[in-house]
Amino acid sequence: MKQGMKYGMKNQFLLAGLFLSGIVFAGIALGAVWTPYPPAAMGAGKFLPPSAAHLFGTDQFGRDIFSRVLRGAGTTLSIALAVTAMGALGGVALGAVTGYFGGWADTALMRLGDALTAFPSLLLALTAVSLLGPGSKSSLILSLGLVFIPGFARVSRTAYAAAREANYVKSARLMGVGRGRILLIHILPNTAPALLPALTIGFNNAVLAEASMSYLGIGVSPPEASLGYLLSEAQGMFSLAPWYALGTGFLMVAMVFGVGLIGEGLGKGGAAEC
Amino acid sequence: MLSVRNLHVQFPTRDREAVRGVSFEVEDGEILGLVGESGSGKTVTAMSVAGLLDGCRRSGEIFLDGAALPTGRELRSVQGRDIGVVFQDPLSSMDPLMRVGEQVEEVLRLHTNLKRRERRRRCLEAMAAVELPDPERVYRAWPHELSGGMRQRAMIAAAVIIRPRLLLLDEPTTALDVTVQAQILELLRRLNREEGLTMLFISHDLRLVRKLCNRVAVMKEGEIVEFGDTEAVYRQPRHPYTRRLIDAIPRRREGMRQEDSA
Amino acid sequence: MRIHLIKAREGGRAGGYVLRRLGALLVTMLAVSFLAFGAFSAISGSAASLRLGTQGTSEQAAALEAEMGLDRPLLARYGSWLLGFFTGDLGTSLSYRQGVGELLAGKAAVTLALSGLSFALIAALSLPLGLLSARLEGGPLDGLHTAFNQFCMAVPPFFTGILLSYVFGIALKLFTPGAFPGLDHPRQAARHLFFAALSIAIPRTAMTVRMLRGVITSELRRDYVRTALSRGQGRGAVLRRHVLRNALPPVVSFLAQTMAEIVAGGIVVEQVFGIPGLGRMLVASIGNRDYPVVQAIVVMLAFWVALAGTAADLVNARIDPRLRFSQAETGGPAA
Repeated sequence: MKQGMKYGMKNQFLLAGLFLSGIVFAGIALGAVWTPYPPAAMGAGKFLPPSAAHLFGTDQFGRDIFSRVLRGAGTTLSIALAVTAMGALGGVALGAVTGYFGGWADTALMRLGDALTAFPSLLLALTAVSLLGPGSKSSLILSLGLVFIPGFARVSRTAYAAAREANYVKSARLMGVGRGRILLIHILPNTAPALLPALTIGFNNAVLAEASMSYLGIGVSPPEASLGYLLSEAQGMFSLAPWYALGTGFLMVAMVFGVGLIGEGLGKGGAAEC
Repeated sequence: MLSVRNLHVQFPTRDREAVRGVSFEVEDGEILGLVGESGSGKTVTAMSVAGLLDGCRRSGEIFLDGAALPTGRELRSVQGRDIGVVFQDPLSSMDPLMRVGEQVEEVLRLHTNLKRRERRRRCLEAMAAVELPDPERVYRAWPHELSGGMRQRAMIAAAVIIRPRLLLLDEPTTALDVTVQAQILELLRRLNREEGLTMLFISHDLRLVRKLCNRVAVMKEGEIVEFGDTEAVYRQPRHPYTRRLIDAIPRRREGMRQEDSA
Repeated sequence: MRIHLIKAREGGRAGGYVLRRLGALLVTMLAVSFLAFGAFSAISGSAASLRLGTQGTSEQAAALEAEMGLDRPLLARYGSWLLGFFTGDLGTSLSYRQGVGELLAGKAAVTLALSGLSFALIAALSLPLGLLSARLEGGPLDGLHTAFNQFCMAVPPFFTGILLSYVFGIALKLFTPGAFPGLDHPRQAARHLFFAALSIAIPRTAMTVRMLRGVITSELRRDYVRTALSRGQGRGAVLRRHVLRNALPPVVSFLAQTMAEIVAGGIVVEQVFGIPGLGRMLVASIGNRDYPVVQAIVVMLAFWVALAGTAADLVNARIDPRLRFSQAETGGPAA
């Protein structure tokens, strides 16, 4: 019965997460094509507090903060998605091959991965950006993507190593199914229980990492303001327009919280494997 | 000595009761066997006697020397003190991060005012009594450093160190090799004979019960279906289920007895 | 037969574990620093030509590279750099024209204090909260509490930092954001660092609580708990005497990994609170393409994290005797 209650609760997390994320992402998607005001338009008064006309108020140039935040979240989201995709594709490919075939390459890569995941991820990303040249969107995505590969590789390696000995894989091998097909068609869907929560965690880390880097001024450069950049700008005028920082932070937290709830709903529960 | 009357146990997740009106008595100084396959309710019965079931509905009475088994805080003064328990898997039953000696004397720490030194002396004594070689060293050892047989001897020492009125043995040899199994049985028999220790021995293996127990109760689906002197039951089972249990025993030579190789 | 094993193990090999672990630490540090050095060497060349601009001739470039010591083989340069690293000679900053060592000395102490304080906060908060959380499992507040936990993980340190520095700094004037008093004024410095550490600690504490809860609830289902209860020990005593100790090793490992994230959080939070530590210096130096400084900071922070990991392993080996012997017959503990 306890078990049953747990499942019920998990579903509630999943539903709440999907609901929250649905609203947030729909809003952000809408923001890409339409915002209440053009994000750069300086029409209204300076530092207007939140109102029906300006949900998050206005900034020092009289720009509508809600519109800017919505557009900025779009930038953050697109980068986070690209980073997650890169990390997941690279990581799953690496994890599949090393986990399924094993051998020295497996050992060597996992050792390297262990060493890398023990590093502060932001430090790695900063190092990579520093090497690739700071300030451009592509080098930001590339650096963060690289940093996210070992985590995904580890998760999918474990799943693939377990699947190697599973009966459905053995029978597929006996029936003469090709390796590539076994890895992609037979095993990959079965790694979903491990991979999906990892994806939600990875996505959240990507959002936070991008925001951190942009906040530090090492992410994307100003005309294309992401949430982190907006927050660093908002911090400077907190006493004049606290709604600027609060609105920006609110959207970022909502984004991460929603996906976190989805992850909680998908996860196995029990011992956390962060 | 121990008297169980009309015991019913039901787990909240199941529709059927795990134990359905079980009554039996363990006489002073005897070894009573409780046999049955897994799911027959034998372990649940033993665990209710030990006061280790929670989160389930229980009715019926359990008496120890005429006094009803207390509940709540009072129960703790009986657990370990009057009823000692030995479980199936000695490795997982021990705290891996505590030295063996400390675990063996834990009952003394909980139920007596003995000083550390005296506890240690009693502990070494108990270890010697269960034929653990070099008690001093075992006292300082970690659980993972002992062999399975030594661990189970230590667990028996831990349960009998305070001379409880009743020793509950829940499949104490199932996790052990056959030769070690025979040694543990021999030890239990000796403790019963020399110390007059009363035991309730739970097993799925009728052979072991026959070697060790004076009387036996056969359980099936939460009920006792047959009860009597072990030899009588073994030779002339009245219940068809007992018949099947006996038939299931492979007919081979009796287990060889070997000297303790440790 | 077993007895002899005990004897052998008790005698010689426990110290061997410490040595092995320290050896592994050395290898990790060598590997990490070599990787960093190699990577930065690869781009230092282009940095040299960058500084010359498009007008520079190849002779000028070669001269500059010689000045920067780039004409010697990689391994030789690495060797002398590493020697310098441990003797305090870290090269010269390109943008500050000052020794990297003296540039970073005070800043390293500040960062060390900040991460130490964050770590202490996380450890102190998550133990009681984790116990409470394990207690709530399955109860009516479980869902609410889990959701709150997820929420705490969703708030990034720099956002918390902005709020805290406004509320406690600007409004309540407990410290002055942006004006770090320096470690010479321990009182004021501690107040400043405390709020920075708190913003790092909140999401990490939430994660630690989550993992602690998982470990405790799974430990509570183990057989030795039943054994202890069968001896008449109370539930609270079983928890304190047995369960917590068994739950500790995975938590210690987790906290060591947390040190990596504390360092990462520190990089950002130093910026938020205006704390002059390694993180701020790192960010500034990346902007300036000041590679000797970036390289030194990266290696320092990595060493710090590696040290934390080794310390955790040694602590765990003290708690769990099975870890001291790699060939223990029972295999490793369920960590």
